[in-house]
Amino acid sequence: MWNFIATYAPQLIMAGIKYTIPLALISFVIAMVIAAFVGVMRSYRPQVDGSKKILWRLFQSLLIFYVWIFRSTPMLVQLFVAFYGLPKLGISWLQPSAWTAAIWVLSLNTGAYASEAIRAAISSIPATQREAAQALGMTDSQTFGLIIVPQAARISIPTLANSFISLIKDTSLASVVTIVEMFYLSQQLAAANFEPLQMYLLVAAIYALFVTILSFPQRYIQRWADRFIK
Amino acid sequence: MLKLENVNKTYSEHQALKDINVTFNPKETTVIVGPSGSGKSTLLRSLNLLERPQTGLYTIDERTINFAEHIDTATTLWVRRKTGMVFQQPGMFNQLTILGNVIEAPIHVLKQKKDVAITEAHHLLEAVGIGETADRYPYQLSGGQTQRAAIARALAMHPSYLLLDEPTSALDPETEAQILRILKKMAEQNESMIIVTHNMDFARYAADRILFLEDGRIDFDGSPNDFFEHPNERIKKFLNAFKF
Repeated sequence: MWNFIATYAPQLIMAGIKYTIPLALISFVIAMVIAAFVGVMRSYRPQVDGSKKILWRLFQSLLIFYVWIFRSTPMLVQLFVAFYGLPKLGISWLQPSAWTAAIWVLSLNTGAYASEAIRAAISSIPATQREAAQALGMTDSQTFGLIIVPQAARISIPTLANSFISLIKDTSLASVVTIVEMFYLSQQLAAANFEPLQMYLLVAAIYALFVTILSFPQRYIQRWADRFIK
Repeated sequence: MLKLENVNKTYSEHQALKDINVTFNPKETTVIVGPSGSGKSTLLRSLNLLERPQTGLYTIDERTINFAEHIDTATTLWVRRKTGMVFQQPGMFNQLTILGNVIEAPIHVLKQKKDVAITEAHHLLEAVGIGETADRYPYQLSGGQTQRAAIARALAMHPSYLLLDEPTSALDPETEAQILRILKKMAEQNESMIIVTHNMDFARYAADRILFLEDGRIDFDGSPNDFFEHPNERIKKFLNAFKF
């Protein structure tokens, strides 16, 4: 058994370092930008009238549609659409490489879920604080940026950390668009050595190791963010 | 001077303010009393534009706002800077220290320099008796300390008028007395204040003027002496409700 681990673990870990971790980190950063934008925009209620109000509602409807479509379809299907489907449209910039397709699907999918976490966190901030900020003469954007968002960010840390953990594991789906990440490599190795049980248990253990190491900073970030609560 | 003329405010079926006509003078402490649901808070919040009456005129420092027309953002913010407000639930900003709470709006709204804002905030916190809490977070303060911090936060904006909406309703009697003593002291220093309260002792001893609201109307507007000796049966009944 130790011989098996010594033989295959280094290859799998290298595939993880080369593909799984960069895929997860890059996608997570993009997903957080998308989530913050969508979550904040969906919660923001500007005091506008007339045509601006109609435009704002249209914009919000687009955001709602984005969240709905990515949450209500499987990520595997989204990957197939992005990698195998979009090139059929014949539009040059819509012919992503395997890496681009995987990064965008992972980012947009995670972003959709995370935006809901951010939106929920924003709505959990007591209305009294918003009202107090308004009564002090703060604009909507000051109230939002200075008072609401910093507190919502703290509340959403555990949920966003969960999204990150899911994302690390979801990178295994990138194997279906020909990226030789950790899981894809384990499939190839299992096919060659006829030891699927040991091989998949080993790759599962390496995923668990990566998740444990990569989610380690969450504890410190949460402790820092929690400094102003009981 | 704050002046409301023919102001009406309706929430769906319920008319909260009915043809309100009142002027609040500078350097005067006005206490608004009345039964629950009489429109006291709605009247106060309308002065800060947290509520928008449907009709009527609102004059503040020679500038008149017509509630029936659209009120632009710049005007709203200007009115709010003129009328500082303290609520029953103070709405402290939990992610900021008490000092941070007091300096946030002066820095970002008044564009005050940070060191100036900090110096002034310390003075204000000392003035309301909680100077030692500057570096604490809101959760580390008692209810009374939190309410004092909210008063300091409102005063840091140098409002022309300070509006207080039942600032002591959520406090125990001892803490309530501490807060009311601070407000009484401010009244003696000729701060311009409009206070909604159920504390009749405070109304009697600190107010220059009392407004009694009933069912969205101002039924009495006069001095505390006149109010507490008023022959009107409804006012007598209201005041008797505080006696055992």
